[in-house]
Amino acid sequence: MKSLTRVLIFISATLMLGAYFLPLWHILLDAPQYPEGLEMKIWLNGLSGNIAQINGLNHYIGMKFIVADDFKEFKILPYIFGLLTLIGFASAIAKSRRLLWVWFISLCLFAIVGFSDFYMWEYNYGHNLNPHAAIKVEGMNYQPPLFGYKQLLNFTAGSLPDTGGILVGLGGVLAAAALFYKPRLSPNKSK
Amino acid sequence: MKISHYKLLIPALTVLGSMLISSCKPGKAGSSVDADAAKKVYVAPGKYDEIYAFLSGGFSGQIAAYGIPSGRLLKVIPVFSQNAENGYGYSEETKPMLNTSHGFVPWDDSHHPELSKTNGEDDGRWLFINGNNTPRIARINLATFKTVEILELPNIGGNHASPFCTENTEYVVGNTRFSEPLDNSKGDVPIDSYKQNFKGAVSFVKVNQDNGAMNLAFQLIVPPFNYDLAHAGKGPSHDWIFFTCYNTEEAHTLLEVNASQRDKDFVMAVNWKKAEELIREGKGTKITAKYAHNVYNENSHTATSTIETATQTLDVTKFPGLVYYMPCPKSPHGVDVTPDGLSIVASGKLAAVIPVFSFNKMLEAIDKKQFDGMIDSNLPVLKYESVLRGEVKKPGLGPLHTEFDDKGYAYTTMFVSSEVVKWKIDNLEIIDRIPSYYSPGHLSIVGGDSKKPYGKYLLALNKITKDRYLPTGPELAQACQLIDITGNKMKLLLDFPTIGEPHYAQMILADKILKNQVKFFKLEDNKNAYVTKSEKDTKVIRNGNRVDVYMTAIRSHLAPDNIEGVKVGDEIYVHVTNLEQDWDVPHGFAIKGANNAELLIMPGETCTLKWVPGQVGIVPFYCTDFCSALHQEMQGYFRVSPAGSNTPLKFSIGVNPVTE
Repeated sequence: MKSLTRVLIFISATLMLGAYFLPLWHILLDAPQYPEGLEMKIWLNGLSGNIAQINGLNHYIGMKFIVADDFKEFKILPYIFGLLTLIGFASAIAKSRRLLWVWFISLCLFAIVGFSDFYMWEYNYGHNLNPHAAIKVEGMNYQPPLFGYKQLLNFTAGSLPDTGGILVGLGGVLAAAALFYKPRLSPNKSK
Repeated sequence: MKISHYKLLIPALTVLGSMLISSCKPGKAGSSVDADAAKKVYVAPGKYDEIYAFLSGGFSGQIAAYGIPSGRLLKVIPVFSQNAENGYGYSEETKPMLNTSHGFVPWDDSHHPELSKTNGEDDGRWLFINGNNTPRIARINLATFKTVEILELPNIGGNHASPFCTENTEYVVGNTRFSEPLDNSKGDVPIDSYKQNFKGAVSFVKVNQDNGAMNLAFQLIVPPFNYDLAHAGKGPSHDWIFFTCYNTEEAHTLLEVNASQRDKDFVMAVNWKKAEELIREGKGTKITAKYAHNVYNENSHTATSTIETATQTLDVTKFPGLVYYMPCPKSPHGVDVTPDGLSIVASGKLAAVIPVFSFNKMLEAIDKKQFDGMIDSNLPVLKYESVLRGEVKKPGLGPLHTEFDDKGYAYTTMFVSSEVVKWKIDNLEIIDRIPSYYSPGHLSIVGGDSKKPYGKYLLALNKITKDRYLPTGPELAQACQLIDITGNKMKLLLDFPTIGEPHYAQMILADKILKNQVKFFKLEDNKNAYVTKSEKDTKVIRNGNRVDVYMTAIRSHLAPDNIEGVKVGDEIYVHVTNLEQDWDVPHGFAIKGANNAELLIMPGETCTLKWVPGQVGIVPFYCTDFCSALHQEMQGYFRVSPAGSNTPLKFSIGVNPVTE
């Protein structure tokens, strides 16, 4: 394993550690009455932001209240993610290309499972509405976008990676680079 | 044909001639309006004004906050008058604010707002204002725009020369417009014994520098003049405060004539630092006095009223060096100290000049004993010529009040000639004058009474509007005019009507206040004795004929909303806690037939409405502030049973399938 590859792995795994200190994702809500916006930040192990205000609004449309305890993911995510990062460091220390492959595939699986899970939660919150809600709009669901912006009644809902998520994403790109980037041999050496 | 041509010329010449004559008529207004006025006062929708202006409401008893330069009314802050609009003075929590030694006094005449100062500059922490009629000083917290303290002042009548503050808000003062016998003396005396039995009392109210809390530190017992206005020194004159006195004739009837006889009245200079020292040394005389001290606690959202029983006094005739009088032409109103603290400008409302006194010359005259007689045998009157720096000649008629800009100019209102006059502080020459509509009393410049004025706008506060706006019957709004003072010539920008009488004003750069703004009260910090912090804790408790309803309000229901078992004649206290924790979500609360006002409850706050039902039946209650799309559903019912009936006490709210 080339030292460049190992450096890339180290940087990548270190960036990923940022997920423990910074929020991964955020959901933004803008409405005429909320020019300052409402936001919910999603961390490895919980939620922060204007949850109470968002829940206060959700009762009009009968959306289930968002409570961090309902998400078992927040209990196990810190461990799974820790394990993942460890594999990364291990591959660099052991100079094992095989471990590097394991790490990369795990990361890909983590991303796929993570986004699917996120989508399922969004789908459930957006569709399973209490039939007694005060505001009912025929055919309307309130599922926030997986990525990007979407208009939900008077709110513009945005779903975007936060600083922690961006670092993890960058880490993923570097992991891929470590695996697939082969520097061309210099002409001098080939001689 | 030729003749008829000339004939035609005659009416044409007449019209031309009359136009020439009318254009020669002096002093018509209109030309002073700035050509760019609209642009200069336009604040685009959604943008903030640069400046807060706090205008007293005069006989409304309140203060109004306006945005400048737009002149938009932002809020009426209830101070001395009950305010049905938000329940101030009606709710159980705020009733004690209007308590006095005379009991509940639900109105006053609020005159002079005064911003707290640090190092002689407005600091944006508190706003003080005097109650003129039943002497009081109130303090408003500028983080919440709520009146948080009212201190009554004993021994005085008509707290007019108030509540001007010293350079670091060490003290705010109060002094009497109507001298009267001291409260603890036998007041039942003939009115014509004025000279023997009547006194003035200069009140020094100490202000706690950390939390603004006021207490009456001491009162100086002074001759029975009418005390009008005051301003404290700054910088070199830090230790002194100056009061204008009129009725130095000591008249007690038909003052209009009898108090206007002398050519000169006085500016009374008081060495407050020395008075403070004397009190510290125990030289004060403690006398009995009865006055209310009302404090509103912003954690319990509840006011308490305490009756104080004594005050420290100093008889100024017994302590030389405390008080000196500077002769001042005639019946002076405003007394204003230049930003450098070196000149004292007094405005004699019946005088033909504006005298400008020199602080240094005053000290010198005191030193050299350049006296022109004594008052009450040992209070020195300083020689006019010895203390005078100069006179502003022919300023106009009825000079009242002067403030200053940051370029060396002073601006004085002329009540009688209805104008504002600009003059140069160093050479006392008049630079410009601009009409005001009509009869301006006081004026205001941002920091215009401080060490650091910001000379961009001047606000002239008028007593009469007549034809300025669409008429509204015999009772017309009073008004103020916004004047651009950035150039050599003053330019009229805007005039706008106000609440009550815009008697006096203070303006401050908005940034100094914005940074401290409270958006809502934290529910977890709510220490109200009757707070309900969550819906499951709501309850109704009967104790004899007293019923306490612990109610919560959140979009969009009141809990409980069905209450049975209350009876005619019960004293029902409904304690409503607003559970919201977001900006700008107040809830209102009102009960049909309650002999009371409504409540307006801010997020995180608890307010209590007292209601004594007088009739049997079903009585609705509801939220009065349009809080949400389901506001109109935010309601409930009391069932009122006859006195002595056995209807069980019951309270409930339907199961909410959405939030359960």
